Amino acid sequence: MSVISIRDLVVEYDGRRVLNGVNLEIEPGETMVLLGGSGSGKSTLLRHIIGLERPQSGSLHVKGCDITRCSQAELKQVRRSIGVAFQNAALFNSYSLEDNVALPLREHTALAPSIIDLMVWMKLAVVGLEDFGKLHPQELSGGMKKRAAVARALALDPEILVFDEPSAGLDPIVAAELDELILLLKQVFHMTVIVVTHELPSAFRIADRIAMLYQGSFLAVGTKDEIRESKHPRIRQFLDRVPDNVAKTSSVEAYFEKYLQTEEVSP
Amino acid sequence: MATVIENVGRATLSHLDYVGSLSVQLWEGVRSLGSIFPFGGNHYRWKASMREMLDVGVKAIPMVGLMAVCSGFILAMQGASELRRFGALHYVIDLVAVGFTRELGPLLTAIAVSGRSGSAFSAEIGTMRVTEEIDALRVMAFEPTEFVLAPKFLAALIMVPCLSVLSNVCGILAGGIFMFFSTHLGLGLYVQYVLNSIQLQDVITGLIKSVAFATIIAQVGCLEGFRVRGGPDAVGRSTTAAVVKSTFLVIIADAVFTAIFYLTVKH
Repeated sequence: MSVISIRDLVVEYDGRRVLNGVNLEIEPGETMVLLGGSGSGKSTLLRHIIGLERPQSGSLHVKGCDITRCSQAELKQVRRSIGVAFQNAALFNSYSLEDNVALPLREHTALAPSIIDLMVWMKLAVVGLEDFGKLHPQELSGGMKKRAAVARALALDPEILVFDEPSAGLDPIVAAELDELILLLKQVFHMTVIVVTHELPSAFRIADRIAMLYQGSFLAVGTKDEIRESKHPRIRQFLDRVPDNVAKTSSVEAYFEKYLQTEEVSP
Repeated sequence: MATVIENVGRATLSHLDYVGSLSVQLWEGVRSLGSIFPFGGNHYRWKASMREMLDVGVKAIPMVGLMAVCSGFILAMQGASELRRFGALHYVIDLVAVGFTRELGPLLTAIAVSGRSGSAFSAEIGTMRVTEEIDALRVMAFEPTEFVLAPKFLAALIMVPCLSVLSNVCGILAGGIFMFFSTHLGLGLYVQYVLNSIQLQDVITGLIKSVAFATIIAQVGCLEGFRVRGGPDAVGRSTTAAVVKSTFLVIIADAVFTAIFYLTVKH
């Protein structure tokens, strides 16, 4: 049985359709990468998977619960089984790293403070930040912030781990380190991992399956090899990095000439 | 003509939407107050409330005190310049005492807290929205209303009446100093006259007003923060809007309360 099941999901903002009846099944323990260009709807889909927004129509089952129709109490229960590492880390700036990771443990469990301290240390150690627990987010580099966000996402030992653009804004070495961390987490904790990205090397490194989004619809859902060998023109364009619109030099020149002529005529 | 009607309709709907959002948030804020108190509530929320009380109340003491002293002098001097012509200089004591307890104390405090804390609430929550911290709270199964708004709301409800009392004392004291230098009236006798001129009802109506003002400042400041969409420029706009709207609503509420108290008191 799928851990996440999306059926005919339609999302519109101000009458503009962003997701056009998408269907997707995510199996337990797999790493699903949602790949697509800017504005393809992948971040919107992610926000719906984690229950931040409700769609116009369709259903979205997480662990058997339709989060588009469930009560707030049920949604809270589902959310406790999902850990999210946001694109900008979204760490609480007024808290130290330790407090950021400890927050869900303190609020959602009845564990003793000494056990919470130990668990926080373990979560920070998993992402290699055990010596930086006393620092505040503003004292960390971009890569460290992303790893800290992962540590906080791991706090309640979630069954589903979600990453929004994990490589965005990172240099290739740090981005590769984060990819290895995602692979390690999956291997050690057997989590279902969902990653939204447009970074091809990262997607092909970590994915079990890839779902390719384009203008609010899935062009293809398949294994890395199936996507790599796809003959679909849009997928080929994306994988081969072929630009859509190239500025036409002659038309730009003509525009400027016309503009300059009007300027000369007017007083 | 159609455009005018459209614009009026749009503006009306926008205002109704704002009032609706404010009412819903107020209801949620009142409901979540129960989760803050140290006995039976959440220990961490109580600590957060104490920090907010320090920011909203204790750190505002010098500013509110100085504003009240200056206003006390102004009221006493302006009143004395007119009353002296009728040989009724001693009525300055009544003017300052009644004026501050009923009106100036709560109003000056509300304006100072609106500028200091209403803007800070809006900026803090707005920044949390921009940096996805509010989204992070929601996916960690926290209610932003309970986590962010409730401690600020409670702090305002407790500290604004306290600051109003301080403002009353400082303003009346300034009147006493003026009377000492202008008529050589001793401070002990001045206090005696003040206690004779004000009634318990004046103090209570002032405190009722200050609770209402605290509600307006906290709710408007937080709502403006929660409604931030976009980037840092939106945070700036929300901060300005929080101060302008809360000051405006405080004065409207003051007029309504004063009218109610005036009509209900037997003359």
